[in-house]
Amino acid sequence: MELVLSMAIGVLAASGIWLLLRPRTFQVIVGLALLSYAVNLFIFSMGRLTVGAPPLMPKGGFVNPTAYADPLPQSLVLTAIVISFATTALFLVVMIASRGVTGTDHVDGKERET
Amino acid sequence: MIDTGLHLIIAPVLIPFLTGALMLLYDDRQRRAKLAISLGSAAALLVVAIELMVRAKTFAFAGGSDTGYYLLGNWTAPFGIVLVADRLSAMMLVLTALLAIPALIYSAAGWHRQGQHFQSMFQFLLMGLNGAFLTGDLFNLFVFFEVLLAASYGLLLHGSGQLRIRAGLHYIAINLAASLLFLIGVSLIYGVTGTLNMAHLSRMVAGLAESERPLFHAGAVFMGLAFLVKAGIWPLSFWLPTTYMAGAAPVAAMFAIMTKVGIYVILRLTMLLFGPAAGASAGFGSDLLIAAGMATVAFGLLGVLASQGLGRMAAHLVLISSGTLLTVNGLVLAGGGEKLLAGGMFYLVSSVVATSALFLLLEPMSREEGGIAAMLALTADAYGLDDPEDDGAPEVGLAIPGTLTVLGLAFGGCLLALAGLPPLSGFIGKVAILSAALGSANLAPGLVWSLIALLLVAGLATLIGLIRIGIQTFWAAEGTVPKVLAVEIAPVVALLGMIGLMTIEAQDTLRYMESAASALHRPTIYSAGVFEAARSEGILPEPETTE
Repeated sequence: MELVLSMAIGVLAASGIWLLLRPRTFQVIVGLALLSYAVNLFIFSMGRLTVGAPPLMPKGGFVNPTAYADPLPQSLVLTAIVISFATTALFLVVMIASRGVTGTDHVDGKERET
Repeated sequence: MIDTGLHLIIAPVLIPFLTGALMLLYDDRQRRAKLAISLGSAAALLVVAIELMVRAKTFAFAGGSDTGYYLLGNWTAPFGIVLVADRLSAMMLVLTALLAIPALIYSAAGWHRQGQHFQSMFQFLLMGLNGAFLTGDLFNLFVFFEVLLAASYGLLLHGSGQLRIRAGLHYIAINLAASLLFLIGVSLIYGVTGTLNMAHLSRMVAGLAESERPLFHAGAVFMGLAFLVKAGIWPLSFWLPTTYMAGAAPVAAMFAIMTKVGIYVILRLTMLLFGPAAGASAGFGSDLLIAAGMATVAFGLLGVLASQGLGRMAAHLVLISSGTLLTVNGLVLAGGGEKLLAGGMFYLVSSVVATSALFLLLEPMSREEGGIAAMLALTADAYGLDDPEDDGAPEVGLAIPGTLTVLGLAFGGCLLALAGLPPLSGFIGKVAILSAALGSANLAPGLVWSLIALLLVAGLATLIGLIRIGIQTFWAAEGTVPKVLAVEIAPVVALLGMIGLMTIEAQDTLRYMESAASALHRPTIYSAGVFEAARSEGILPEPETTE
């Protein structure tokens, strides 16, 4: 499972970075989305990988912490998803505004002379 | 209110949050009401910040401490999130409030009517700034950074127009990517140490297993990269000049402190995590900070010399100030001593106030004839507002007499403060940095001399660049004299007055900063304080034996 997860993170991050460096705004935004998926998976993996372990412990008495997943990275991922969702939506609006004002979807607002 | 003193620390976050949310309910046409509310909030922030500063200075926090702690949700560290107000935080809070009030007054000249929700976004920006200065938790820091960035995206686009949209596109993309780096760093650090509390981390660094230390350092570097992007450090700074130029004047004036948030966080974290008590990690990254800082100063001074317009020049002046501060930070980390850091803080306050004043001066100085009214009518047209004159016309307010004289004097004041010439505070800051660097026994002489050379050359470049602009604007001016309103020039005069006050009270200011610097040099006291911060009794019933 570690291998699959790290490969998934790697592929997502690599595609994201490549797209981020492309000249079209749409490619940039998809690249940012892919990168944020990679980062979210990465945060998740930092709580150590467990299968079928609940993050919440029962009340009272002795509980064995090793039988539970670390809840903190899960909440961090949740926050990060919300924030990146909001900022991506904002970016999308600016992107559309830029397309409307400049008439091109190039990130510099003008096509490169060839 | 159970204990007003206890909850004072959260007030700098809550006041702008509630004000901003309240103003969302107002119609955008009630601009005077919104302006009044906004100014009231900023004034309240100033009062709270000064009260926090006085408490830090007079050891008036709980338990006779110079540092106040606030446990959010009444959970003790390291389980809950803690807010910490020490001398440095209080100083940054005061600085933020002092910049906010002039920027808001300036916006009354008509800037706030160029787009929607200016006042609300401004308040959210203040909330993010204050939160970032107060928080003692890494992930909480990320959240506050996002709050201030989200607000700054909106503010940058305020007024619309092609230049702003293009600059905004780049700015948002860069900052989203930097935020992702921040997250990678935070999660790496959490993966290694299992905590995000800065005080807890500071305690754990020395005892990290040798196999885990490289991962911890990698996490710190990832986070550091995110802050360096925000601080505009070369080579991560190419977004900055265009962005600052594109922003509306009051927005750019407030942005002057945004790069310093990055600097503040780097200072706070390096002193906590890689200070002298950090064992094998002590001094980690200081070489990189010094090199990057010096490169930034060099890049900034070349930019100042090459700039044709005042806007681009002012943005490069921001780079010089960031670079200088980062270099000082690196030198302090390498053992430069408390006096060096105190000089750096003095320079920070002085340069932020001066660049903020310069950004406010920028637009009146380069204004074409016709004044702000014509320009606003134009932008309102482009923006599609039906009737820009809907609540009276404050922009035909009191115009000042002797426009060029007043503008010229204000510009001269900015010039003196930024170039570091006597008698204003920029000079004192630079002297404090240089004399402390010379007097420090731990620094290599070559490093000290290159710092001295770089700072002096940067001062000279600033002088040459600004004087060139000054001559073009004031001596070789042709045509009609621009009409400048009193509400536009008053904030600049107020900011310059602050610089003057800082100069006169330099000894007291420096003394405060020296004690702030010495507190930063003793991270163990900070972390002990966070862990010993007592839960407040009587707010909630004691939780039953849950854990």
